[in-house]
Amino acid sequence: MSNPHIQVCNLNAWYGSQPALKNINLAIPRQQITVIMGPSGCGKTTLLKTFNRFFELTEGARLEGQVLVDGENIYDRAIDETEVRKRIGLLAQRPTVLPMSIYENVAYGMYIHRMKKNAREYKDAVRHYLELAGLWDEVGKRLHDPATALSIGQQQRLCLARGLAVEPEIILGDEPTSALDPISSQHIEKKLLELKDRYTTVIVTHTLRQAKRLADYVVFMYMGEVVEAGPASQVFNHPQQERTQQYLAGMF
Amino acid sequence: MGDFSPTLTQRQAQERTARRVVFVLSALPLVLIIYITAALFTRFWPLLEQYSLWDLLIGTQWYPMQGKFGFLPFITGTLWVTAVGVFLAVPPCLLTAFYLSEYARPLTRVLLKPVLDVLAALPSVIYGVWGVLAVVPFVGNQLRPVFSQYLGWIPLFSSHQPTGYSILAGGIVLAVMIAPFLIAVTYEVLMTAPQDWRLGSLGLGATRWQTIRYVLFRQSLPGILAGVVLGTSRALGETMAVLMVVGNVPQMPRSIFDAAYPLPALIANNYGEMMSVPLYDAALLGAAVLLLVIVLAFNVASTLVLQRVLARR
Ligand SMILES: Nc1ncnc2c1ncn2[C@@H]1O[C@H](COP(=O)(O)OP(=O)(O)OP(=O)(O)O)[C@@H](O)[C@H]1O
Ligand SMILES: [Mg+2]
Repeated sequence: MSNPHIQVCNLNAWYGSQPALKNINLAIPRQQITVIMGPSGCGKTTLLKTFNRFFELTEGARLEGQVLVDGENIYDRAIDETEVRKRIGLLAQRPTVLPMSIYENVAYGMYIHRMKKNAREYKDAVRHYLELAGLWDEVGKRLHDPATALSIGQQQRLCLARGLAVEPEIILGDEPTSALDPISSQHIEKKLLELKDRYTTVIVTHTLRQAKRLADYVVFMYMGEVVEAGPASQVFNHPQQERTQQYLAGMF
Repeated sequence: MGDFSPTLTQRQAQERTARRVVFVLSALPLVLIIYITAALFTRFWPLLEQYSLWDLLIGTQWYPMQGKFGFLPFITGTLWVTAVGVFLAVPPCLLTAFYLSEYARPLTRVLLKPVLDVLAALPSVIYGVWGVLAVVPFVGNQLRPVFSQYLGWIPLFSSHQPTGYSILAGGIVLAVMIAPFLIAVTYEVLMTAPQDWRLGSLGLGATRWQTIRYVLFRQSLPGILAGVVLGTSRALGETMAVLMVVGNVPQMPRSIFDAAYPLPALIANNYGEMMSVPLYDAALLGAAVLLLVIVLAFNVASTLVLQRVLARR
């Protein structure tokens, strides 16, 4: 792959003495949707968390190897993890809205990074990102209501808006639609597809059909290892590894 | 079916008895408060027959032999010592609690927790002895000269006496005494904050400190305030340790380096002595009534404030 956005080199990760990722080598293409698949417990979430330096927030978590973003190792000592997390946004499985108003949820990240100069700019930006996440029509009139008053599906789109507002390059999604109803899931999927040529997107999913709808590039994991990775058409239609074939056939 | 009915009535009878017992037990504290207040007030009454309440409250002279019973120095002393103690305790305690819950490694937490528990369990006379041996000399020999030299022009920091037995010494001892409690309460409040808040904030590239400042602190404020209120109530009534370091001079304090005489110290030092002085007994019990009223009023007021804070969100 030429010029991958994220490159993982010899990455090993442990929870205590329990290995969770084993010698991962992987390249993630720029401005495409990469889908990570694999059976439960195979390390998908763990891998995703190593990309935005959330992995280290777990007690006893230990890591070796490199994750290069644009050729720069995000685990380098000189790197500020808050900068990494600003550049690489994470959409969690369940929405993690902050206990503030809808408006403040979107403005928060921009405010933290002092990205705008005055109230006017914040207001415009909040509107812009709510529109981008397809939420403006529903919440434009009640921006100062608490964010927790929104439905789960709306909260997840709010998290998307909030994440986009700090201008990341990469969006990570850990089963971002699994807690949502079908309509809300469609909303999120649609947005991810619309945004995909602006951001590099990495999504974990359990549903094969969603994977097929979204994926440009597919990573298949099993027991903490990457078994197979490649362009979606190739992995879905002509999987090389027996494990992948079995998984795609629904055997586990 | 027949088998069930006796057990059922039995259970109902049990339920009824249990409810009554529990009701009586929970009504007991209220009854006690009323009883104590009434008992104290009855004994305070003879003084009120001679002097108006207002004169007693604003009176600054305390000469029981001459029949002068001004409570203001004691009320002021109580409020000052408590205020200084809480003021000194709150900022470092909040920071410690934030450190423990947000930054510290599990090992640090595990090691520090029993230390705090022991500090909370120490009898107050121990704090008093420590105050006399360490705090009073420190205040008298170190802080007082420095403050009066550089900040002496501020009335609050001027010094009028040569020793360290002072409001500040009382405040420092109080601060140390309520610290374990404040830290524990704030820590518990922070532990109830959902992990999602932290992840949501950190995930946008916020630092830990920003997460504390803009998310956790704001949300935990009512709980923290409730803890501070409880700590303050305890400080208002703390007797032994304060009594040992505060100087016990019935005067109107003008500076934190002045000696003071808080209400609990007045009662503890004098009750049972010189009881032949007319109305002295009534005056001391009056001091107890005042202390009770101050603590109750403070609790009621802060509950109301807390409810308003909560209602605003
Ligand atoms: N906080 C943790 N502490 C200890 N072990 C953990 C922790 N989180 C995950 N693990 C272990 O690491 C392995 C990988 O977990 P991970 O959550 O990455 O799997 P996953 O592929 O995301 O699974 P799922 O599809 O169920 O979400 C599992 O064996 C899991 O038990
Ligand atoms: Mg997972």
